[in-house]
Amino acid sequence: MTALPAKSLGVKRTRPNGASLDPVFMLVCGFAATLLLSALAGIVGSLLVGGWPALSHFKLAFFTSSDWDPVQDIYGGAGPIVGTLITAVLSLALALPVAFGVAVFLVEFCPPLLRRPIGIAVELLAGVPSIVYGMWGLFIFAPLFRDIVEMPLITSAPPGSLQEKIFSGIPNGSGILAASIILAVMILPYIAATLRELFLTVPAKVRESAYGVGCTTMEVVWSVTLPYVRRSAIGAVMLGLGRALGETMAVTFIIGNSHTFPKGLFDGGSTIASTIANEFAEASSDMHTSALIALGFVLFVITFAVLAIARALLGAPKHG
Amino acid sequence: MALLDRRSRRKAANAVFVTFCTGAAALAIMTLFAILFSLVVKGVSGINLDIFTMSTPAPDSRGGLANAIVGSVMLCTVAMVGAVTVGVLAGTFLAEYAGLNRWTSAYASIVRFLNDVLLSAPSILIGLFVYYIAVKPVHGFNGWAGALALGLIAAPVVTRTTEDVLKLQAKQLRESGVALGAPMWVTIQKILWRASQGGIITGALLAFARISGETAPLLFTSLGNQFMNLDMTKPISNLPAVIFQFGLSAYDDWQRLAWVGALLIAATVLTINIIVRVLSQEQKRS
Repeated sequence: MTALPAKSLGVKRTRPNGASLDPVFMLVCGFAATLLLSALAGIVGSLLVGGWPALSHFKLAFFTSSDWDPVQDIYGGAGPIVGTLITAVLSLALALPVAFGVAVFLVEFCPPLLRRPIGIAVELLAGVPSIVYGMWGLFIFAPLFRDIVEMPLITSAPPGSLQEKIFSGIPNGSGILAASIILAVMILPYIAATLRELFLTVPAKVRESAYGVGCTTMEVVWSVTLPYVRRSAIGAVMLGLGRALGETMAVTFIIGNSHTFPKGLFDGGSTIASTIANEFAEASSDMHTSALIALGFVLFVITFAVLAIARALLGAPKHG
Repeated sequence: MALLDRRSRRKAANAVFVTFCTGAAALAIMTLFAILFSLVVKGVSGINLDIFTMSTPAPDSRGGLANAIVGSVMLCTVAMVGAVTVGVLAGTFLAEYAGLNRWTSAYASIVRFLNDVLLSAPSILIGLFVYYIAVKPVHGFNGWAGALALGLIAAPVVTRTTEDVLKLQAKQLRESGVALGAPMWVTIQKILWRASQGGIITGALLAFARISGETAPLLFTSLGNQFMNLDMTKPISNLPAVIFQFGLSAYDDWQRLAWVGALLIAATVLTINIIVRVLSQEQKRS
């Protein structure tokens, strides 16, 4: 049965009882939507207003100096800003190949018996709270990392070599690289689960035809699956990067919390989020609070930019 | 001969690729199981009745996590009530009223985008914002502020799922409401919401799972409290903040409690996720 347009029948619909409440309900719904909108506006506004004293007082030095000194009330945020970028990029570089491998494994050649359990496990682990990763990093991973990776690499480095420079720092198990690894472990299930879902959107026919002309698994993945989902895959990776940028707890436990410029991979550092988490509740002066909020504003701008790019890629006409 | 060479080269490359992927999967799964394993081993040994009956102790004395558990439940409950109310209404607006005219659809696409931004904004920044509107004006950390921060994290999740589920409902459902002579708002409440119940509950559960482990925004909103407190206008203890404080401390018994807390949270989150899975499978079947 197809619906006939009411007009063609010459029938007019009477207003249903209670229709006068329709605009009210719509307004209520619209109000709820506006609440969300004003929450975001409030976040941006409060970060800007709260951070303004520090930004206007230190001007460009806030971004270029790594002199973070609450005692003398001098704040330069370069240390945490650079730390945030380094850990996020490093963790993505570590997590992406592994996540890609996991997704390909699950889609292309996992024994069917294991496919579901492993897929579910990966998705469940994407939901584990970050503080759990932080605890694990501090108590289990850090001592192992110190004994197995840091000590040998530092002691075996010939003086003056590049190896010594890259791996300089105190071998205590915490630092930039350790934090990046924990972050990578945290975003790995997330990226793997999204990539797997994307790979599954490739029509079986397309993949099968590639196998049909004699492609190996690798060739199917590289030349058929990946090009098919390229755009969305980059978007998904950007979302993972956004997570790594804003992550607080997993990092705070293990990064070492020093505000200076990290000199090597094992050196302690800090990220914007870890600095705020550590110092905000106990900020010593108004300028200190303001500097922390200004850092928050910088973090917001960075994550917003990453998210906007991710959305542009994910939201654009699919599978370009 | 050249053909054979090329073929074996391709085969070799593929073998390397397959090995890499299998190795990656093995590495990832081993790491993730190592985390769960140490969580269970370290956490289970610390569980006893005191955990659920006594408040957080001073170092080197008996105690449990009762105040933190109660506080976390309170904060999350209040946050979820608010988040579901706002989220479902906002999601309804995006799904049902956006197409009304040019202005509403433009407004809806702005809200949709900003909702996505809110969804992936670092949670610590939401904490900073709430500190400004709900802690600084009253000169003290309080439970309402903590609940507000958690609610702001949960609401976008509920909004997003509500919108998605409503959009999946058949046009015929809306037409049936019209045929019965019901106004739009009754159609939405009595027919569409009921039809999308399962999906909305799933979204709410996922949002709950997300905020139950959220730590960063609570550090400077609800702070924490060494004692049992049920007054939302005062600082309220909560599991994540206790884990953070105790985990980074130098006392063995505090660290043990932190492990127990981490195990409790992880178990809660995993249980919720499994319930969600079971729920959504049943929906697919029926």
